[in-house]
Amino acid sequence: MSEMTYLRAISDGLRSEMREDERVLLMGEDIGVFGGAFKVTDGFFDEFGAERVMDTPLAESGIIGTAIGAAVVGLRPVCEMQFADFIACGFDQLVNVAGKMYYRQGLPVNITVRLPSGGGFSGGPFHSQNPESWFMHAPGIKVVAPSTAEDAKGLIIAAIRDPNPVVFMEHKNLYRRVKGEVPEGSYETPFKARVARAGDDLVVITYGQMVHTALEATADIPGASIMVLDLRSLVPLDTQAILDAVRHCSKVVVVDEANETCAAGAQVAALIAEHAFEDLDGPVVRVASPDCPIPFSPPLEAAVLPSVDRVREACRQLLEY
Amino acid sequence: MATSSTERLTGPTTHPETAHLTPDDRVGLLRDMLLMRAVESRAMNLYRQGKVPGSFYDGFGQEAVSVGAAWAMAAEDRLCVLHRDLGAHLVRGVSPARILSQYMGRADGITDGREGNVHFGDRRTGCVGMVSMLPDMMVVATGMAMAFKLRREARCALTWFGDGSTSRGDFHEAMNWAGVQHLPVIFVLENNQYAYSTPIDLQFAINPVQRAEGYGFPGISVDGNDAEAMFEATRAARERAIAGGGPTLIEAVTMRMHGHGAHDDMKYVPKALVEEWRKKDPIDRQSARVAQLGHDVDALREEVLALVEQATKAALAGPMPDPATATDRVFHPRDADEILLEDGAAPWSGFRS
Repeated sequence: MSEMTYLRAISDGLRSEMREDERVLLMGEDIGVFGGAFKVTDGFFDEFGAERVMDTPLAESGIIGTAIGAAVVGLRPVCEMQFADFIACGFDQLVNVAGKMYYRQGLPVNITVRLPSGGGFSGGPFHSQNPESWFMHAPGIKVVAPSTAEDAKGLIIAAIRDPNPVVFMEHKNLYRRVKGEVPEGSYETPFKARVARAGDDLVVITYGQMVHTALEATADIPGASIMVLDLRSLVPLDTQAILDAVRHCSKVVVVDEANETCAAGAQVAALIAEHAFEDLDGPVVRVASPDCPIPFSPPLEAAVLPSVDRVREACRQLLEY
Repeated sequence: MATSSTERLTGPTTHPETAHLTPDDRVGLLRDMLLMRAVESRAMNLYRQGKVPGSFYDGFGQEAVSVGAAWAMAAEDRLCVLHRDLGAHLVRGVSPARILSQYMGRADGITDGREGNVHFGDRRTGCVGMVSMLPDMMVVATGMAMAFKLRREARCALTWFGDGSTSRGDFHEAMNWAGVQHLPVIFVLENNQYAYSTPIDLQFAINPVQRAEGYGFPGISVDGNDAEAMFEATRAARERAIAGGGPTLIEAVTMRMHGHGAHDDMKYVPKALVEEWRKKDPIDRQSARVAQLGHDVDALREEVLALVEQATKAALAGPMPDPATATDRVFHPRDADEILLEDGAAPWSGFRS
């Protein structure tokens, strides 16, 4: 074990897979000589060379589409979108070509698409989005979202080894803010939820950066024992873990950093309403960004993104219900 | 109206280069064109009888474009096939019975009923099926060629796309990427004068074949109704690609002789234009050549029709898919064997040494 940042853990996972499997190659804008906009692939160019750490033209549809072509003839491309927001330009290739290929033709598309996502640093409307639910709604694509350094490494390795298209949501605001002990060598984190903190009176169900917001918000609510469930994987969604947590706690707050309507948490809330209604001791409460673009100016952005205070207040009110 | 490409044909034309084709090849080209037309004509009847759900899309009059180009491709090459290019699937070895089953949504079709018409690719023949968002497959073919180059394999990728496809961004992204990385890929622009009802003069100001130079590789116009000219242009492009010469854009100048789909009466196309092109029918042209070789074309036609009748019977006898399987196969199981594209048939005599 060694301590490293969430960002270094992603790098570590990528490096480990590239050393083990020569079919793995990285593709993206400015990822080679420059080492990537966030330096996730810093040093990779020197170790693996220009062909396996490919600086591509500025063409997101081109990146996803050529990765699909390379995958069906035996490579295992890992694509970096410089920002998650830019996947909008590659949406068609991912959703219509990659997502449906196996269903239509029995031909799996083993690609991983890394999406540096999320807000909290004045990135503005095109560098702050959380587009994960776009892909939850598209059949044939898996979606994972680590919140810790250990899971970041284990999930990127598992994503690369998974024979299906996997969207890997890596939160930019966790890159250097979160550190943790990370096992040496190669390991996989399962596409399942994890109990980030055990508790009995209420469960906060969330993923990504909001796991840390939830842990902070519920660390010191007097007299309450609060569970935090880190989903880690959105497709497949760990229905059993969600329902188990609800049955155990009977009160649920679902937190999304994404815009509220049809966010991942909306699906979680619907599952609970359908399958655990009798186990609830109060309404399912949601905390999410309102349905507006993520603004640039710090006070505006802070007014939109779910804060520690908003999550704490939501928990307090539900506990009193 | 839609004449810029046809006018070019009246200028200096590419003379069919037959140096690389044996008499058997020339008969084979005709046979697969006849087979394509017979399968599609039979399918159109089945559509009218209500046995083909949805609509039906054919490549009547464009048979030379897919058959001629596919004839030049090696077993280990990979192809992304478009909806007017059934001939490519036939060249690569997909059986007419499976194709007709596919059209009718039967369990024995290439996609097990998950897809209709020519929206299929049989991975066992090295072909990737198209999606409806054109020209997405240009980018996918570019990626296959990228993999070949990275692994230093002497292989080539080819994709067809239409005149309408040249207006979308993926055309640019694929052409640019292939040019920048100097990839072994062949882009076949099937210029059939109309994208649904939109004529080419509403699609582009300058013929897209001229854009190739801007991406750093050659673009050539070929008579798309001449199977041997299509073969020769593709053979030469493949030879260049394999030798490290990079991509080629081939414009196949042709005409869509039927509506966009079976539901389209094509009233928007001037009758004179259709009549003009009817005289250039690719099957008539190849039939005349094959007859000159002393081959019995009528017997060949009869043989093909009999084969298609047999295939139709087999397809009609096949079951519809089990509704319980509708949600199967969304994800490939993690511990299952790896599945990749496999080699297809490559009938050209040049591959048999």
